[in-house]
Amino acid sequence: MTKDIMLVGVGGQGVVLASNLLARAFLEAGYHVKQSEIHGMAQRGGSVTSFVRRGGSAGELVYAPGIDPGQADALLAFEKLEAIRFSNYLKPGGLLVSSQQEIIPTTVSALGAPYPDSLDRLLDETGARVFLVDVLAIARECGNPRVVNVALVGALAAHLEIATDIWERAIKATVPRALEANLAAFRMGMEAV
Amino acid sequence: MLLEKVLLSGNEAIARGAYEAGARLVAAYPGTPSTEIAETAATFKEMYTEWSPNEKVALEVATGAALAGAWSMAAMKHVGLNVASDPLMTVAYMEIDGALVLVSADDPGMWSSQNEQDNRYWARFAKIPLLEPSDSQEAKDLTVEAFRLSHEFHAPVLIRTTTRLSHTRCPVTLLERAIVAQGPGPGQRLTLVPEKTVMIPANAKRRHPLVEQRLEALATAAEASPFNRVENPDGAGPAFITSGIPYTYVKEAFPGSPVLKLGFSYPLPLKLIREFAAGRKEVYVIEELDPLVETELRAAGIPVTGKDRLTKVDEYSTTMLQQAFGKPAAPAPKPVPGLPPRPPLLCAGCPHRGVLYALALQKAVVLGDIGCYTLGVVKPLETVHSCTCMGASIGHAHGMEKALGREVTGKVVAMIGDSTFFHSGMTPLLGVAYNNGSTKTVIVDNRTTAMTGHQGNPGSGLDAHGNPTKQADLVALVKALGIDDVTVIDPYDLKTTKAAVKRLLESDAPAVVISRRECALLRTAQRRPAAVASKDICTACGLCLKLGCPALYKADCKTQVDVTLCNGCTMCIQVCPFGAIKEGDPQ
Repeated sequence: MTKDIMLVGVGGQGVVLASNLLARAFLEAGYHVKQSEIHGMAQRGGSVTSFVRRGGSAGELVYAPGIDPGQADALLAFEKLEAIRFSNYLKPGGLLVSSQQEIIPTTVSALGAPYPDSLDRLLDETGARVFLVDVLAIARECGNPRVVNVALVGALAAHLEIATDIWERAIKATVPRALEANLAAFRMGMEAV
Repeated sequence: MLLEKVLLSGNEAIARGAYEAGARLVAAYPGTPSTEIAETAATFKEMYTEWSPNEKVALEVATGAALAGAWSMAAMKHVGLNVASDPLMTVAYMEIDGALVLVSADDPGMWSSQNEQDNRYWARFAKIPLLEPSDSQEAKDLTVEAFRLSHEFHAPVLIRTTTRLSHTRCPVTLLERAIVAQGPGPGQRLTLVPEKTVMIPANAKRRHPLVEQRLEALATAAEASPFNRVENPDGAGPAFITSGIPYTYVKEAFPGSPVLKLGFSYPLPLKLIREFAAGRKEVYVIEELDPLVETELRAAGIPVTGKDRLTKVDEYSTTMLQQAFGKPAAPAPKPVPGLPPRPPLLCAGCPHRGVLYALALQKAVVLGDIGCYTLGVVKPLETVHSCTCMGASIGHAHGMEKALGREVTGKVVAMIGDSTFFHSGMTPLLGVAYNNGSTKTVIVDNRTTAMTGHQGNPGSGLDAHGNPTKQADLVALVKALGIDDVTVIDPYDLKTTKAAVKRLLESDAPAVVISRRECALLRTAQRRPAAVASKDICTACGLCLKLGCPALYKADCKTQVDVTLCNGCTMCIQVCPFGAIKEGDPQ
């Protein structure tokens, strides 16, 4: 049962919007839910994390807003390096759905910090059940670069027990603009894993 | 009537609570994690909402409304309450005719703050009631309760949230707005009773004993409050007394344990606590930051502990409580080592970069303030050398100069943003002029309150609702304070900027450079085509990288431009001595 989900990415990628969509879907499905993120300092380009938690059954309350290291059922990553950075939040053998995208941090590009030679190898070593999705290709196919976050939620949704009509209602409520493109991106994300 | 269930953050829920309680006025100054309270309040047309120039003004505005009989709220981050503490300590002596609710959003863990102070002290210091919600539903309910208590006891009421409460969304049931008679009735004039509102010593002396009596009456109210409740009284395991977000960690870590949850947490309901603790072997107080409740309970002779096993630093978590109280928790997996960090940086095209770069070239010692420009402390600019509180930069620079002389402090420059200058920078600059100082100041005027997410300020020309309003004339203001030498520059124009900074540092008289350019993230900000770098011309000298722009990166040692980030500010084009970077073609 996937109840405790961490979302990670780079500032500006839409992590918070995806979290809102996920939380809304859980709420529509009848669960108690908490969605928590840290924002504040200029976060453009910085690491962004968010937590979405739902009750185990309808009526069961979620208490703590956050998820501690080793406790997440699933990690949804908008960027590969961030997927690895926060992989320690997953339970052993947890679900890791990540975008194929890599964004080189400024500490590497401008300040010369070393960059790992193989992110794929590091992903393998996490011991998680890893699913990589080329969401940028999906976004190109949908003709809208902004649907990346909804496509990623679609890829995660393939592993969640939430009915399609609930997802559609949640998408309509969360991203009413460019609805058709977002619904298409969601379906393609779901089929991609 | 029950309307519907929606997901609200703690901040949104507090604004909704003010609306449902019938509040008429909300005044605030933006500050993470409190900002969305007033932003949400501004969406209700029934509540006049404003960004005040600072938190002291916000509390004074809200107090004026409440003294006249209205229901009002002031909201701020924890350090903002330090600024507002001057009115608070005396407003606490006054008789509030309407209702006055004060919200302080604390930041344990310092996600976006300069300190980790525990504002539960302020309720004790001012002798006013304190409410601490644990989730958004309770934040809304306690806000309504805060207005009721304030009106009943004629006292300001403090609601204290923390980052995790303010920024966590969970389901909240919406209710309709209450209709509350406020102020003088139709045809009646506003009357204030001087004995209750004029705090000259003679009146204040009479008011202080009433404040003490009121605190005792509030303690009785806390005993009976439905927000102070015992859960699992017959449960097994250690017993906990807790409030706010730590309550959620207790429930998660010890679901079967007896818990006394305090929503109305000051004055403490000692009778209720004594009954809860009686006959129990282990009673722990779980409170983030300082052991306030624990200390007061021990002073009252109730044998509790807690801080001997837990830290006074940072946020708590479920795992931390499990480990502290002997419940086996799986060892937390360690992060993968050696990954390059991704810290917050000045954005691509940030106008602060131009003037920080010019100051770095001059090896200036920049005394920073509260705003994005403090990020000039990190590589490669590394030119910011202090950051204290709103407006501190100018006073710091003045004090250094007066103590040690200009020979020592010649390269010292105060740097302050527009919103911060309006908040607390005008008075120290007035002090520089008055005291014959020669402090040099750069006001980085990006036409908004950027770091908290683009709120209006007196210089932005936009009010809290986004409507056009009077725009303060920064140049005229600085001159009126007594600074004759004021230069306005465009920080995207590096040649002029470098010349202005050089002249500033050489000046004998107090001088101000206003570096004016809209925040690059504002929708109205100018954007030009992304720059283009030529690998053939680039000599890999690295000069452009000294700007610290996240849109520039090295590929095969040569500079390249990330077109998704670049906003065409042209600073890198101006810096490159070889013409390797050029303006991109308009598409």
